[in-house]
Formats: sequence, C-alpha cells, structure tokens
Amino acid sequence: MATATNMESKITLLVCQGTGCVSSRSPEIREALEAAVEAHGLSDIVDVNFTGCHGFCEQGPLVVVEPEGIFYAHVKLEDAEEIVKEHLKEGNPVERLFYKDPMTEEAISYYRDIPFYKHQKRIVLRNCGHINPERIEEYLAVDGYKALEKALSEMTPDDVIEEVLRSGLRGRGGAGFPTGMKWRFCRQAKGDPKYLICNADEGDPGAFMDRSTLEGDPHGVLEGMVIAAYAIGASHGYIYVRAEYPLAVSRFRMAMESAKENNFLGDNILGTDFSFDIEVLEGAGAFVCGEETALMISLMGKRGIPRPRPPFPAVSGVWDKPTNINNVKSFASVPVIINRGAEWFSSIGSEKSKGTAVFALTGKIANSGLVEVPMGTPLREIIFNIGGGIPEHKKFKAVQTGGPSGGCLPGEKLDLPANYEALGEAGSIMGSGGMVVMDEDTCVVDIARYFLNFTQAESCGKCTPCRDGTRVMLELLTNITAGRGKEDDIETLKDLAIVIKDSSLCGLGQTAPNPVLTTIRYFRDEYETHIVEKRCPSRACMELVNYEIDGDECIGCTLCAKNCPVDAIAGERKEAHIISRDLCIKCGICHTVCPRKVQAVKKVDSFPQGGEGS
Amino acid sequence: MVNGSADEVDTFIRTLISYRSMDRTKTIEILQLVQHKYGYISRDIVSSISRHLRKPEIEIMGIATFYEQFRFNKPGDHTIKVCEGTACHVKGGAAIGQVLERELDVGHGETTKDGMFSLERVACLGCCALAPVLVMDENIHGQMDTSRLTKLLGKYKKGEVS
Repeated sequence: MATATNMESKITLLVCQGTGCVSSRSPEIREALEAAVEAHGLSDIVDVNFTGCHGFCEQGPLVVVEPEGIFYAHVKLEDAEEIVKEHLKEGNPVERLFYKDPMTEEAISYYRDIPFYKHQKRIVLRNCGHINPERIEEYLAVDGYKALEKALSEMTPDDVIEEVLRSGLRGRGGAGFPTGMKWRFCRQAKGDPKYLICNADEGDPGAFMDRSTLEGDPHGVLEGMVIAAYAIGASHGYIYVRAEYPLAVSRFRMAMESAKENNFLGDNILGTDFSFDIEVLEGAGAFVCGEETALMISLMGKRGIPRPRPPFPAVSGVWDKPTNINNVKSFASVPVIINRGAEWFSSIGSEKSKGTAVFALTGKIANSGLVEVPMGTPLREIIFNIGGGIPEHKKFKAVQTGGPSGGCLPGEKLDLPANYEALGEAGSIMGSGGMVVMDEDTCVVDIARYFLNFTQAESCGKCTPCRDGTRVMLELLTNITAGRGKEDDIETLKDLAIVIKDSSLCGLGQTAPNPVLTTIRYFRDEYETHIVEKRCPSRACMELVNYEIDGDECIGCTLCAKNCPVDAIAGERKEAHIISRDLCIKCGICHTVCPRKVQAVKKVDSFPQGGEGS
Repeated sequence: MVNGSADEVDTFIRTLISYRSMDRTKTIEILQLVQHKYGYISRDIVSSISRHLRKPEIEIMGIATFYEQFRFNKPGDHTIKVCEGTACHVKGGAAIGQVLERELDVGHGETTKDGMFSLERVACLGCCALAPVLVMDENIHGQMDTSRLTKLLGKYKKGEVS
C-alpha cells in the first residue's frame, strides 16, 4: 500500500486521528511515539504522522507502520516505547498488539490481510487512513487535484457532466437520483449566479460515513465540489455541516485555506476565468435539515421547514437561484470518475447501481466501522465476512439499513444485494448508509419504537399526518412495549403508516413509518407476543422483564450489589445475593456486570397486568 | 462561559453584527456565536438580536427553539451529553442516561443544584463503534458503563479535571 509519506524507504508510523481514536487518546499516543523515536535516535529514518479515520474504529486507537503495512490495534500510551524499541529498533513486530480475528482468534499482522479490509473496495474512502488530512502535499502526492486540472484544461463543463452521467453515479445521500442529470438540470436552468451545496448534515442516528470522509479526506470532497461547480457554472458554494462534528468542520476549513493558497479554490482557479468560493455553515441540530429544501431554507437563516417541489432546487433554490445540492460521498466520488473515467467506475457495482456504497456498520457486530463495498454486495457478505458476524456466538436477528427512514430486514433477506432496487423492494432503503445489526437480544418492536421516537421528535410540524400521526404511532408502540397493547393495534399502526407516507410533504414523513412497517411485515409474531402474551421474546423491553439472581449460581462476588445505582441488591460476600423488586429500576446493570462465567443474574418475564401468570 | 450584564450583551451583539456586516440571513450563526460566548440564549440576548437585526423577537425565538442546539437556561460548569444514536441505544445507552439522572438528581435539559453539571441528550455523534458514548464538555468518552461513569463523575467532583 503506497502512501504519500513513505518516500525514500523511510519508515512511517501512521496514527489514526479520527474522532473514535482521538477519544481514546490517540494524539497523546502520537506524542509518545514521537518522543520514543527521538529517544532511540531514530528520527532520521522514522516519521510519525497522523491520518483520518481508518474506519475500523472498534479496534482503535490504531497505529500502522508503513511501508511494511503492520497494523497495531488497541494501542495504549504505554505501548509506544515497546513499538519503537522492539519493532523499529530491533526489527521484531509486537505481536500482542496485532489484530485478532474474532472468529478464529488468529493474530493478523498485515493491514492487507485483515478480512475487514480485504473484502472492501474503497473509492470514497480511498485516502482515509492513508494520508494526513491536514496536509495538502499528501493529497497532491496521491494524484490530488489532478482531476480538477484535467477538467479545467481538457474538458468543457458539458464534457464533465457527460462523464458523470455515463459513470452512473447516483446520489449517495439516499434518494439515488442520477448525479449527472441533476447537474445538467442546474446547468441548463436560467438564472445567475448559481449555487452549489454540499449536504454534510448527516443526521441519521447510527451513520458516520460523511463525518469520517470529511475528517479523513477533506480535499477529496473539496475537489469534487470545485469540479461540480465548474460543470454547473456555480460561483458560490456552501457546505452545511452538523455542529456536532467539530473536527470535520475544522479539517474542512483547513483544506479550504490550503486549496486557496494553491489556487484550487478562489479567484481564477488554476489560471482560468473560473472562480469559485465556499462558505462553511454549521447546522444547529435539526434532522429535517438533511432534506434539501429544508436545508436551503435553514441556510438562509430561517426555521428549516421543507417546501413543496417543484420548483426543484436546480431551477429555484437558495435565494431563488438555480442550486445544485449533493451529498459528501457523491462529491468525493467525482475526482475518481474524472481521473479514471466513466467506464471504469460503471464497471463496478450492479446493473442500475454503479460504483461503491459506504456503510457505517454498527450494533451487535464484531467489527464495527466504516465499510465500502461495490454496490450490490450481498448483505451477508458485509455482515459476516467483513463485519465478522455477531459477537459472543449470539444469533443474528435483523439488520436495519437507512436509519430512521429505512427498515429492518430478517435473516431470510441476508442474500439480497445491497443496492437501491433490492433494498427498496424489501421495504427498506439504501439511505445514506447506516447499517445496524441486531442479535437475538434486541427487540424489533423496541427498535421500531426507538426510530419512531426519533422521527416524531424531529418532525418539523408542517404536515399534520407527520406531526400528529407519528405521535399516535409512538403511543401505540410504547403501549405495546409496556404490555398494554390491544389486539387491533397492529392494524391501526399499518393504517396510520399508509396515511402518513402518502400525505407528508418531505422524505421525513414519507419514510418515518418504514421501520414499523418492515418490523410488522417480517416480525409480526413478536408484536403479537407483546400484545397477547404481554411478553417480550428478546427480554429487552424494560417493562416486560424482571431481574432475578439464581441463588444456585451466584458466587457472591458482590459486583452487582456494588454497581447497583439504587442499592436494590442485598447479600453477604460469598453468599447468594437477592434483588428487591420494589427497589429495582430495571436498569440491567447487574446483568451486565455479572461475570460471564457465572451469569447468575437472569432476565425473566414480568407479565404485567392481564398477562399470563399474573 | 460568563453571563454578562444586559448592556455588555448588547454591546457584544451590536459589535458582532456590524463588524461582520451580518444581516437577518445570518440569524442562526449569530445565535451560535452568542451562545458560544454566553453559554445560553437569554431573554436579553433575544431582544438585543431583535433590535439590531430589526426582526421581531418572536421570530428570533421561533428560530432558536426550532434548532436543538440552543439552550435557554444557564448551563452548569460541565455539560454532559448522552448520545441517543441507534448503536448507543442497542448497546444500553438508555441505562447510562438513567444512572446519570439518578446520580445527579436532574432530568435531561436540567442543571444540578450546585450548578456543576448540566445533563443533555445529543443526537448521534457518529462514533458508533465506541457505543455507548457520552460527551463531557468537549471530550468523548466511549464504551461507558456504570463503573466508568462513576469514576468519571468522581474526577470532576473532586476537581481533578476542570
């Protein structure tokens, strides 16, 4: 794996400084490595550098030794000395820090051999984890801004649009509209000036693709934006980023500054008459602003409430001027398409979905992280080959794609290809790329309630069906998860869902019922068990379970009693403990802390009013 | 995060708006900058922005209340935000929130009596691999459980971290 920094056979230590690794103190680890390199007199042959997110956040903090490609996981501050001394000085890589395969327990030393990476195809994330995102020189060394040079010197704006159109690139924000076609509409629209917007208001819970792309390769996104601006004839651009992503904001600002110094942004870019500038705007935390019309209204300083389309933004957008708006990942794909050509890009993926898809794989999965695969890769491959399957030998139950707008798919759908069409037919959506895996301990009714709770709170209130309909649905679901469900609730939920989908103006309302509809479609029996038997089959719904300690298995270690926040557990050391039901708040902490070998704390059905055994 | 007098607040806002030649279209940005300085959006702040932008107070409030980011009560010395993302939910983030509510004896959006901690919820922070996650001031703490939480709170209570 070539990196920008391994010039002249120098050894480089790449320390990940994505948000995940930073929160596990990776900047201090970098300093410690620098100090150790200095102390061992290796400064002439070893560089210590940092990169953006590698995507394998589960294993962080990460350190990669280039050019060998040795991959260290879970590195701690005190490991710095050992890495430098043993590996760099003595030539013996530190085996205990190698990645361990969760299935086989085998230690894997090389980055390229780790299954998590081996099965991926990285286009959007091509530079993430390999270059220092804060240094434009490193982006330039990996052919950065070559595509911009090519577009400006060899291609007309129409050529650029044609190339993107032929590549088959579709909007990576979730709707999947052909990007080239969007650009063409905007180019042909009358009005001046024209605006370009990068939508980085990544609001889906459980999704962090845009954040990592901006943190790991801000220049890649920036270059894509400048090329798009040239193609549509825009002179001014905005990037609308969530305020919760401070690192992404600061790295993008830094990238803009150095791009300006190098004449890739600003006036007369690369000596042509094309000028383009970008303004960074921080979103103030409203999920609905991810919707394009709401985003544009918010950008003009108002309450971000969607408006009907037409007119489409391409005709009348920001300040009533033609506006083109694309997602972070769409922009990040553009330089590669220009550099390598539409044919190359469209050779990847499936028939109607070209290129790659980036997923944020999280939940009950061994390898949480960012995964980029060709469109159409079966879900099974993503979850089991790359994701390493479900930890602790638990059974797979469902996978949720597309966040609160998507759906839960059961095991029998695992062989579906992950692309716009197949997921849509199954009742879910591709969405922006959240992929949450659930095991047998996750209750799908609770998950449906969780997502509806989210969309209900985030509904802007404009359309009554979305504002009030989601509220009624949420009440029904809350009742079901609390053992107060009624027999006709499922039908009522379905009726409401259809009305909300049909009569809401924007994507938020149109898709909000999806998690409920798909869980009813694939897991109706679980709803029925909650309603009829007043029982949660996964024992996840708090009001339907009690915690008990099995006196025969309890070893009296006192861990549960010590950790109980309400002192509801009594018992002497080395004697069986007991939980007081009157005091217990069912937080489940005793269950979590009970040693794995013992597992004396059990979840049992509580059968509230009217249920079996009450 | 100091709370200024009404006059001081007004001077700051007037200077900000004129110096950066900001207009009504920058209302959100103005609110963000002012909250960054004073910690929350007080009544004085709203009337001052309204005066200098020549825009009714009700519209400023309308915008401020629409967005999750803006607070209307004085925050504590430290702000704890509990992530409500999907991964955190699946991995027991709700329990962390409950423990905090009990430990600190406050609800979400409230500040402890001694003014030390404010408890907030936050939409997905995008570091799902570290779930469940909370943010103490600007620092992200991942893989939270009760014992780590108690340790963390203890450090702040003892004044080891400021």
